[in-house]
Amino acid sequence: MGQALEKPCVEELKSGSNLERVLASGQFAVTGELGPPRSMNLELINRKIGYLKGFVDAANLTDNQTGIVRLSSIATSILCHQGGLEPVMQMTCRDRNRLAMQSDLLGANIHGVKNLLCLSGDHQSFGDHPGTKNVYDIDSMQLIRMVSEMRDKNQFQNGVEIKGGGPKMFIGAAASPFSSPVEMRPLRLAKKVLAGADFIQTQMIFDMEKFKIYMRRIVDMGLHEKVSVLAGVGPLKSAPMARFLHEKIPGIEVPSHLIERMENAVKDIDKEDKEARKTAGQAEGVKICIEQIQKAKEIEGVAGVHIMAIEWEAAIEGIVKGAGLLPRPVL
Amino acid sequence: MIVAEQKDLPDLKRMLKGKKKVLAVGCGTCVSVCFAGGQTETSGLAAELSTAASVDGESLDVEVKTVQRQCVQEFIEPLSDDLKDYDAILSLGCGVGVQTLAQRYPDTRVFPGLDTQFMGQPVEPGVWEERCVGCGNCVLEYTGGLCPITRCPKQLFNGPCGGSEGGMCEVDLSMPCVWSNIWGNAENLDLTDTLMEIRPPQDWSTSRSGGLRRTVVRDDLHQPSAVSTKDTEAGGLVEETPKPESPEDAFLREIGII
Repeated sequence: MGQALEKPCVEELKSGSNLERVLASGQFAVTGELGPPRSMNLELINRKIGYLKGFVDAANLTDNQTGIVRLSSIATSILCHQGGLEPVMQMTCRDRNRLAMQSDLLGANIHGVKNLLCLSGDHQSFGDHPGTKNVYDIDSMQLIRMVSEMRDKNQFQNGVEIKGGGPKMFIGAAASPFSSPVEMRPLRLAKKVLAGADFIQTQMIFDMEKFKIYMRRIVDMGLHEKVSVLAGVGPLKSAPMARFLHEKIPGIEVPSHLIERMENAVKDIDKEDKEARKTAGQAEGVKICIEQIQKAKEIEGVAGVHIMAIEWEAAIEGIVKGAGLLPRPVL
Repeated sequence: MIVAEQKDLPDLKRMLKGKKKVLAVGCGTCVSVCFAGGQTETSGLAAELSTAASVDGESLDVEVKTVQRQCVQEFIEPLSDDLKDYDAILSLGCGVGVQTLAQRYPDTRVFPGLDTQFMGQPVEPGVWEERCVGCGNCVLEYTGGLCPITRCPKQLFNGPCGGSEGGMCEVDLSMPCVWSNIWGNAENLDLTDTLMEIRPPQDWSTSRSGGLRRTVVRDDLHQPSAVSTKDTEAGGLVEETPKPESPEDAFLREIGII
């Protein structure tokens, strides 16, 4: 980046993770998402690590996302850490009780995992084992509080001391600004901050004008000074994908002008030429995503972006580069 | 009330395969109100089972008796008279009724004719909805009288999650998001400050996680001798003197388990 960076004092850091350092230094942070495979394909994981390494400050490892069995987020986080890509381990409340969660947190931290995103988790009915029994011993708010007490008070959820100190995690939480009821969403974020969240990654935002209104409220409440908000973005692949996200996923709103742009990108290409339509659609999707990042950067209170290129990690490099966010800081 | 529905006919035929004479026992309380196991439903099912058996070239005699409360032993006592004439009992009570019969009549096979579903209420004609999971640790005080353990698919204590769309739940779009409703009525009930407090993790030991729950609600009515034939001396209540710590307990204490 070439500019003089003020290195944060290590003693003041909660976890010492790269993501925490980048945010503490006041720079615009970039995180990405790496979806673990539904297999043990190590070659694929290493390839995905290669797609993100050097282009993001940390990468989220999803935890059986959409309720589908995948390689464990803990194991994949450790592989990322070993491969030089800083992990943000995602943990849902769907699959584990508080015993398993705490034990896994100790285990992940001892292997060098320093960022955690606390989630309720997608309901199992959307996944590939709809007859399973969900856990929900605790919810995401209680998970945030539990991890912060493990870190700051060195105690387990039951109040018993963690001898030698608890796991030092940089604690993340999710926010879905456009889910209903919209008017209480800033309050929910405030509650997550109260519980101990250090950073927030939002649901995928396409309507940046509407997101501005949400962020205005966050800034008015002074929350942006207590928590780093990373705006969620993601590249569209096609108009049908845009419509699907808009219609089917709660909290995702894709404005009609963006759907039109995705349609127009392929309208002059022969319907039979699927490869050309795919390439043109993806190119437009990347272009839109870059524009979104540039808009997000201008919104007061936004500390970074979280790029969710679902099953398309190879798109990250072009997006980050196109948004002028390279090279990533080395702290 | 307890809500249940009848099992499918093929399932019941499979259960009763080879039986010649069956006693179908209905119940006049909850399952009668939800039209699953009252006198009318039990008689109807008995006729259906006999007819189905005839169609298959078999003979099945199903007689019907309906008791007022299948879950209370006194009410099923009259069945004992001629039970030896039957190959099996088909209970159209809830799961409690089935087990009360099975416990009282251990020499007779008792089959469940219903799938017991939940504790709930009728919300419109022909529709019942769950309202209570019986967790033993009621949180309705904090949520304006709407139970998130029962009504949120993720049992959130600090909701709503991001899956709330237009006030409905993404898991089933015909189902209101209970946390949307709780927040929606918060101002009316002056509940906003309470909702902004982080509800701590629930103590599930009072729920099914703690195993069989046994509560003596009324100490003044509790007569141990009426429940158990053991410990009849001193009415079963023996005052315990504190014991010295056993070597096992001392060890457990040393390694930090107790």
